[in-house]
Amino acid sequence: MAKVYLDYAATTPLAKEVAKAMAPYLKQGFGNASSLHQWGRKAREAVETSRQQLSEFLNCSLTEVFFTGSATEADNLAIFGVIRATLRQAQGKLQNFKPHIIISSIEHPAVLEPVKHLEKAGEIEATYLPVGKEGIVKVADLEKAIKPPIRKPSVSNGAGNTVLVSIMYANNEIGTIQPIAEIGKIIHQSPIANHQSPVIFHCDAVQAANYLDCDVQKLGCDLLTLSAHKIYGPKGVGVLYVKKGTPVEPIIFGGHQENGLRPGTENVAGIVGFGAAAAAISNLKSQIANIAKLRDKLSNGILKNIPGTALNGSRENRLPNNANISFQGVEGESILMALDQKGIAVSTGSACASGSLEPSHVLMALHNSPIKAHGSIRFTLGRYTTASEIDYVLKVLPEVIEKLRKISPIK
Amino acid sequence: MLPYSKKVLQHFNKPHNYGKIKNPDGVGEVGNLRCGDIMRLYVKIRKNKKGQDIIKDIKFQTFGCVAAVAISSMITVLAKGKTINEVLKIRKDDILASIGQLPDTKIHCSVLADDALHEAIYDYFSRYKMPIPKALLERHAILQKQLKLVEEKHKDYVEMEKRFLS
Repeated sequence: MAKVYLDYAATTPLAKEVAKAMAPYLKQGFGNASSLHQWGRKAREAVETSRQQLSEFLNCSLTEVFFTGSATEADNLAIFGVIRATLRQAQGKLQNFKPHIIISSIEHPAVLEPVKHLEKAGEIEATYLPVGKEGIVKVADLEKAIKPPIRKPSVSNGAGNTVLVSIMYANNEIGTIQPIAEIGKIIHQSPIANHQSPVIFHCDAVQAANYLDCDVQKLGCDLLTLSAHKIYGPKGVGVLYVKKGTPVEPIIFGGHQENGLRPGTENVAGIVGFGAAAAAISNLKSQIANIAKLRDKLSNGILKNIPGTALNGSRENRLPNNANISFQGVEGESILMALDQKGIAVSTGSACASGSLEPSHVLMALHNSPIKAHGSIRFTLGRYTTASEIDYVLKVLPEVIEKLRKISPIK
Repeated sequence: MLPYSKKVLQHFNKPHNYGKIKNPDGVGEVGNLRCGDIMRLYVKIRKNKKGQDIIKDIKFQTFGCVAAVAISSMITVLAKGKTINEVLKIRKDDILASIGQLPDTKIHCSVLADDALHEAIYDYFSRYKMPIPKALLERHAILQKQLKLVEEKHKDYVEMEKRFLS
């Protein structure tokens, strides 16, 4: 049976060159990067080489790259770390200070859930920016949401308490690209820049890294999250870029590693793989046009040949490898499993697949009806996707949908 | 989440008794769009030689996940040919026992199927103005109440959407 992997947004296969770079550190190069002896020095050198590769990818200094155990952890560190640091700074200076966080309504759960957790605990105020049908945040909405500067710096009564803005670079479900550089400019412009305590800008760039410019100078962000396993690297390693001077406190304790911001023995092989993967991204640039071409072929083929289908999110401002399509009258998980039986791997934001019963918050934020949100499938292509694979999907999919529609009470 | 069992996938891949019955004697619909499951069961009732009402034919239409489709198929198999009295005794555990293991988050699908079957019988009794057993009446009332609650919840959601748009 054919095997077609169209779930690159979930994870990517390890690239050959990455596996090759990692191999020595899974075997003889097993040292602890904190040890002073030669085993330790070899591991340290490897970690620092990777840090160099990441700093080049991000166009930042070496001391601004912090390795974590995952991108989810990096996002949590950004949010909890900034809030803790801000509260400490306010201690004794501001009475009843309650920090305000602004995020988009389509953030990844790794950002959404920490914010909701803090909000529920009464520790912060939160604003969730709408994204409209296109699935893109409006900069004007963000400007309006940022609370104006404090007039009486000694008493904070809700004014001027915006401390953190976290907006993803590209959405994981629908691939829509957010205006990060524009947002960065707004945040670092007066009068917001003259804010009593500056607003910190975090960007989850996990899905964007393969395709979009992650130069933090151009983006104007203070914090940025990356993941190795989305860029043909290994699982279990993430990065948080922290611009020098940004107040972030650690969320775990027990070691000096990563300058004390992320204690724990370094995952040396994983970090080496991350560096190799980041360094290889520039080689992928030439493939982007081809991936976009295949994606268009898939997307247009489905929309043209299967009635009752619609593309979710902006057609233009989306990652070149993403097509998220709703199929009227059929449920996403059913489509996923039926395609799985044909050897095709896709993903769904539908409730039942994740076990939460709630339809995807991303698709709902696009003002979709629950029924449309429940019937959506995410196809994500990658560097190993071929034209014949797309042809196979286009051949198989209409039969699958037709069969499921026969069972469905919704027409 | 646990992967689906072989039996669940068999029913999903080749569902039994799907589609609509023309001029049914009873229809039961349960579920809601918010949760992503809608199950509709159609029944045709005839008398057997002993003069008892039996499920002569039963068909389902389901919008839902793999488990919802498989369980819909399973319950039609369990109910077909049985007397109404027998059918009213079917419980979610009977369905689960027949289909084998289900992921925890999918157990509610079997409740849904059980509810749909009871609703179809309720509909049959009320269509033909027959006396309705007390337990069935009570169950119908609970389901109606639940439906109202979900609709109430859904209303909030629609308003939230409107706020997003404004």
